[in-house]
Amino acid sequence: MKYNLTHLRELESEAIFVIREVFAQFDKPSILFSGGKDSIVLTHLAKKAFFPAKIPFPLVHIDTGHNFSETINFRDDLVKKMGANLIVGSVQKSIDDGRAVEEKGINASRNKNQTVTLLDTIEDNGFDACMGGARRDEEKARAKERFFSHRDDFGQWDPKNQRPELWNIFNGRKNFGEHFRVFPISNWTEMDVWQYILLENIELPSLYFARQRKVVRRNNSWLPVSEYITVRPTEEVVEKMVRFRTLGDITITGGDESEANTLEKIIQEVASTRVTERGNREDDKRSESAMEDRKKEGYF
Amino acid sequence: MSYLDMELLRFTTAGSVDDGKSTLIGRLLYDSKSIFEDQVEAIQKTSENKGLEHIDFSLLTDGLKDEREQGITIDVAYRYFATPKRKFIIADTPGHIQYTRNMVTGASTANLALILIDARNGIIEQTKRHSFIASLLKIPHVFVCINKMDLVGYSEEAYNKIVKEYEEFAAKLNVNDVHFIPISALFGDNVVNRSENMKWYKGGTLLHNLETVHIGSDENHIDCRFPVQTVIRPHSEEYHDYRGYAGRVAGGVFKPGDEVAVQPSGLTSKIKTVEFDGEQLQEAFAPMSVTLTLEDDIDVGRGDMIVRQNNQSEASQDLDGMLCWLHNNPPRPRAKYILRQTSNEARAMISEIVYKMDINTLHRNEEDKDIQMNDIARVKIRSTKPILKDSYRINRNTGSIILVDEATNETVAAGMLN
Repeated sequence: MKYNLTHLRELESEAIFVIREVFAQFDKPSILFSGGKDSIVLTHLAKKAFFPAKIPFPLVHIDTGHNFSETINFRDDLVKKMGANLIVGSVQKSIDDGRAVEEKGINASRNKNQTVTLLDTIEDNGFDACMGGARRDEEKARAKERFFSHRDDFGQWDPKNQRPELWNIFNGRKNFGEHFRVFPISNWTEMDVWQYILLENIELPSLYFARQRKVVRRNNSWLPVSEYITVRPTEEVVEKMVRFRTLGDITITGGDESEANTLEKIIQEVASTRVTERGNREDDKRSESAMEDRKKEGYF
Repeated sequence: MSYLDMELLRFTTAGSVDDGKSTLIGRLLYDSKSIFEDQVEAIQKTSENKGLEHIDFSLLTDGLKDEREQGITIDVAYRYFATPKRKFIIADTPGHIQYTRNMVTGASTANLALILIDARNGIIEQTKRHSFIASLLKIPHVFVCINKMDLVGYSEEAYNKIVKEYEEFAAKLNVNDVHFIPISALFGDNVVNRSENMKWYKGGTLLHNLETVHIGSDENHIDCRFPVQTVIRPHSEEYHDYRGYAGRVAGGVFKPGDEVAVQPSGLTSKIKTVEFDGEQLQEAFAPMSVTLTLEDDIDVGRGDMIVRQNNQSEASQDLDGMLCWLHNNPPRPRAKYILRQTSNEARAMISEIVYKMDINTLHRNEEDKDIQMNDIARVKIRSTKPILKDSYRINRNTGSIILVDEATNETVAAGMLN
C-alpha cells in the first residue's frame, strides 16, 4: 500500500489545518475577501474545512470604490451561496470622513488608502485574526511572511522581528489590541492555485478569462478603460482580447493580451509565461520595496 | 493530466554567500524556468547598480530592504519551483553561526537537507553544524553537494577524498540516507544537466535525485496519532447530533471500525466515519486533514489525541529532550512557559539543563549551562499536566514542542522529545 498525497492534496491539507487552527485559537477571526482568485480559493477551503457546518468566518471586503462591477456581483452571489456574513469596509467612506486622503494626479490610486480602511474595519469589528489569500511566491517581501503573522496594536508588521514558526505548531498568542494576519495558502504558487481551481471546479469571475475589452496602453500593460481613470490625450483607447491575472483596484490592474478563455488554456498560458502575475501591478512598481513598505504599515 | 500525479518535496539549504548557495538556487530556479523575466530584470538592474559583473541571485531570496542593503540574509526565505514530476519548496536559510535558529526553523518541515561543500576547502565547521542540525531535526534525506568542482579541475580524487572525510564524520551523527553529488553551480555541471567534465561520476544530477528520492516513507504510517484541533457541531436540523473531530493525521492510518482511545482521558470508542467535505473515506494517513466521527458520544476536544487502543503513548509531567533556544532573552530561572505540542497546551518550566551542545565539535558541555539564543541543550522539563511522550525520533509531528513566553507571547524555544 502506498501512502502518498499529490502535491495539490498536500497543499490543501496544510491550508485546511491552518484554517482550523485559526478557528480554534482566535475569538473573532475573519476572511479578507478581495474577489480575486486567491481569496475565492481560500473561501472554498474554509468551507471544506468545517463541512457539514457553515463557514464560520465573515467575509470582509475592503472596497476601494474603484471596482470591476463584476467583482461585486460575484462577491454578492458567493456570499449568498455560502450563507456567509459579508462586512464591507468602504475606502470612499474613509475619504469622506477625512480618515484617508486621496492621491492626486493622473497616476492616482486608492491602493494606499485601503490600509486605513482595513485597519479601521478590523478595529471596529474587533477582529483578532484576518485570513488572506497572499502567497509567498507573489512578491519578495511576502516570501518572508509567516503563516501566522503578528501585527502590533497599530496593525504594523515588523519583518525583522517575526516569531519563528516550526513544524506545524502555530503560535497565535497576543496582547489585547493586537491581531494576526494568517495566510493559509502561503506555500501555493500561481500554478497551484490554477490547477486547484480546475481540479475542484471552482467558479471564478469572467475577468480572468480572455475577452474583447476596451483598454489603453500604460506602463507596459493594458489598463481597462473605466470611469475611474483619466485617459491622456496621447493615449488611444483600443479593443483587445485581454484577460487579468490579478484583480485589484480597477485603476491599477493591468490586463495581458491573451487568447486564454478556458481554465485549461489559462494553465497552459501560466506554464509558458515569463512574467510574474504582479508584473502588471502599478502599486508594486513604485519602488523596489513598495510591498514591504505598505505591509509594514498594515497593508494586506 | 500530469500535475495530478505530482508530489511535494520540501528541502532546506544552508550556507553562506561563499558556498555558492545562492548561485545553486538561482540555477535550479532558472534552469527549471521558475524565475520570471521581470524578476531577472529587477535583479539585473540591482546587480548593475551594485557594480557587479554577474547577476547576483541572492537578490532573489533576500526580500527585505535591510537584507539587500546589508548584503546578508536575515530570515528564512521560501522559494518554489516545479518540474513535471515534483513541486519543490525550498527553505533557504542563512548559514552563519548566529542563525542556528533559522536553520532549525527551515529544517523542521523539510524532507531533505541540501548541504554544500566547497571542493577546495572540504569539510569545515559550517558543514558539521549543518549536518548536526539535519540529524537533530531528523531530516529523512541528506544531499551533500560538493560544489565548485571546476576549481579543482573536476578531479575524481578530490571528490572521493571529501566523500570519505564526510562519511567518517557522519558516522558520529544519526543521519540517514546520504547522497553525494559533484557539481559546479556556476557552470551548471550535474545540477540540471549531466556534466561533460565528470564522466567518472555515475550517479544522477542533483535535480534528478531531487525528483526521484523516495519520500513516501517520510511520514510515520505505523503509530496512529490524531490530534484534535476542534469539534465540528453544525447545529442544523439535518445534522442535529453531528459531532465531528477535525484534525490532521499526525501518524498511522485511520479506518472506519478502528478501536480507538482518546488520550489523556483513556476513554474508548470505535471510528464511525473518516470523512472530508462530506465525502466518506476508506482511510486517512499523515498528513491528511480530515474529520473523524466516533460511535460513542464521549468527551473529546481540542488538545486530545485519538490513538489506537493497542498503541497508546505514555503521558508524563516529566519530559526530556533537546531544546534549541530561539529568543534574544535567555531563559529566566524557574520561569513558567507555555508548552505547545500539536494542539495541546500546558504550563511548564525547565527543571534541569543536563548539558549544552557545542554544535561545531559535537562536544557535550556539562559545565557551562548558560543558555543563550541559538544554543542547543539537553534539558528536563516539568509540566503542569501530563504530556504525551512520543519520541521525536519516531514521530516528528507529535514529538516536537515549542515554548512560548507567558509574558511576551513570543516563541522562545523549540524542542524534540526523547
